[in-house]
Amino acid sequence: MHIVLVDGHGAEHKLEALEGWRVMEIIRDHGYPIVAECGGACACGTCQVEVDPNWAAKLHEPREDELDMLDENYGGEWSRLSCQILMSEELDGLRVRLAPISVKEAA
Amino acid sequence: MTQETITTDVVIIGAGPVGLFAVFELGLLDLKCHLVDILDKPGGQCAELYPEKPIYDIPGLPVVSGQELTERLMEQAAPFNPEYHYNEMVEELRKNEDGSFHLKTDGGLTFHAKAVVIAAGGGSFQPKKPPIPGIEAYEGKSVFYSVKRMEDFRGKNILISGGGDSALDWTINLEPIANSMQLIHRRDGFRAAPDSVNKMHALVEEQKMKFHLGQITELHGDNGQLTGVSVKGNDGEIFQVECDTLLPFFGLTMKLGPIANWGINLNENLIPVDTEKFVTDAEGIYAIGDINTYPGKLKLILSGFHEAALMAQAAKRYIDPEAKVTFQYTTSSTSLQKKLGVA
Ligand SMILES: Cc1cc2nc3c(=O)[nH]c(=O)nc-3n(C[C@H](O)[C@H](O)[C@H](O)COP(=O)(O)OP(=O)(O)OC[C@H]3O[C@@H](n4cnc5c(N)ncnc54)[C@H](O)[C@@H]3O)c2cc1C
Ligand code: FES
Repeated sequence: MHIVLVDGHGAEHKLEALEGWRVMEIIRDHGYPIVAECGGACACGTCQVEVDPNWAAKLHEPREDELDMLDENYGGEWSRLSCQILMSEELDGLRVRLAPISVKEAA
Repeated sequence: MTQETITTDVVIIGAGPVGLFAVFELGLLDLKCHLVDILDKPGGQCAELYPEKPIYDIPGLPVVSGQELTERLMEQAAPFNPEYHYNEMVEELRKNEDGSFHLKTDGGLTFHAKAVVIAAGGGSFQPKKPPIPGIEAYEGKSVFYSVKRMEDFRGKNILISGGGDSALDWTINLEPIANSMQLIHRRDGFRAAPDSVNKMHALVEEQKMKFHLGQITELHGDNGQLTGVSVKGNDGEIFQVECDTLLPFFGLTMKLGPIANWGINLNENLIPVDTEKFVTDAEGIYAIGDINTYPGKLKLILSGFHEAALMAQAAKRYIDPEAKVTFQYTTSSTSLQKKLGVA
């Protein structure tokens, strides 16, 4: 199982994924500089990704608190919070692009 | 406006959970505290980021919400009569020659303190800026992230952007004095008190204001003076909205802020401390909670509480080197119980 991450520079990375893991955790644990300030509590919005439109329909509808966080963080049509997407067979191959606000600034 | 300098034992910068508990620990040692926070309420991250979410790892409280924990900490600190200064950001911190400290806030409050505790967490909460190209040129002239004085907005053609309580409250409060009022949000759902949402819809019904669905993509104007914005509607169409004032309300985020200018040693935006006194590289200035770092540091509320207890002992010795600090339990010490008002 894997996901495809499009990073801040447009480069694509195929990342090993595990069933039941949050997409945010997968990105973070592979060492990509995702901010994800609140650690997956749906309280910061800095794990925002743009989901490839071909995949969007496969995801569950966002909950109200996810929509609130997308509001606060200028989410677009395909924006989702990667901490609210749980990996499953269905999502094998999921393509997401890291939103600019989710990329850690180089210290 | 000059105000009198406030003199106290300890100024605590940040009224998050750790700053609040520090009041208790310092209070047991007879030190009086003033707390300063840029937020309009106590609780730091617990109150601002997750008031309703449950916390499961506070010892003795199997489950407690961020808001409830804050209330309990306030109650626990109350016997020591701490004084709270909200909506104030500490901007200056200087050590005087006699080892005491001078602090100044952006609102002009000044303090003279014998010791300082930095419990600033992830830094001060500041408004999130929407990623609209060129917005900086308008900031402070026709784009504002907060309302300090309502009068400044009298007679303006105001556009408010956002869907939270601040966006809704200011829409309702400024509508009567504005020349025109419009609200824009990316969906017809709000993270705000239902009563405010109803009031806003009623104003739209009465044609006292307009509500648009969509997102601002471009600002138009000259020399920082806004004349209108382009909006991408939810159908993908771009339309124009005229306004001379824009108030974006997209919640708050934490920025280190003025701490970087105080001459204290920082490491990747954290303050290194030792684990005996939790003192910074400046004697008399302590750092506890999320803002500090040391080998093995865990950013947990629990750890911050422990740090507060040890820090208080060190601060007491700094302030009063002659004092005999004896170790006592709140369960059995009459003197501690007197301080708590229970004996
Ligand atoms: C979604 C989420 C869930 C969490 N869950 C848990 C959990 O289950 N268990 C746990 O132990 N921890 C949890 N945490 C972490 C916990 O909230 C923090 O460890 C804790 O809030 C740190 O407390 P603090 O008092 O050090 O700082 P903060 O809570 O960050 O408070 C610092 C305060 O200082 C103010 N401040 C900073 N600089 C200035 C200045 N210059 N002038 C004025 N004011 C200033 C800020 O505005 C802020 O209010 C969670 C965090 C998040 C975001
Ligand atoms: S990590 Fe904070 S909202 Fe997803």
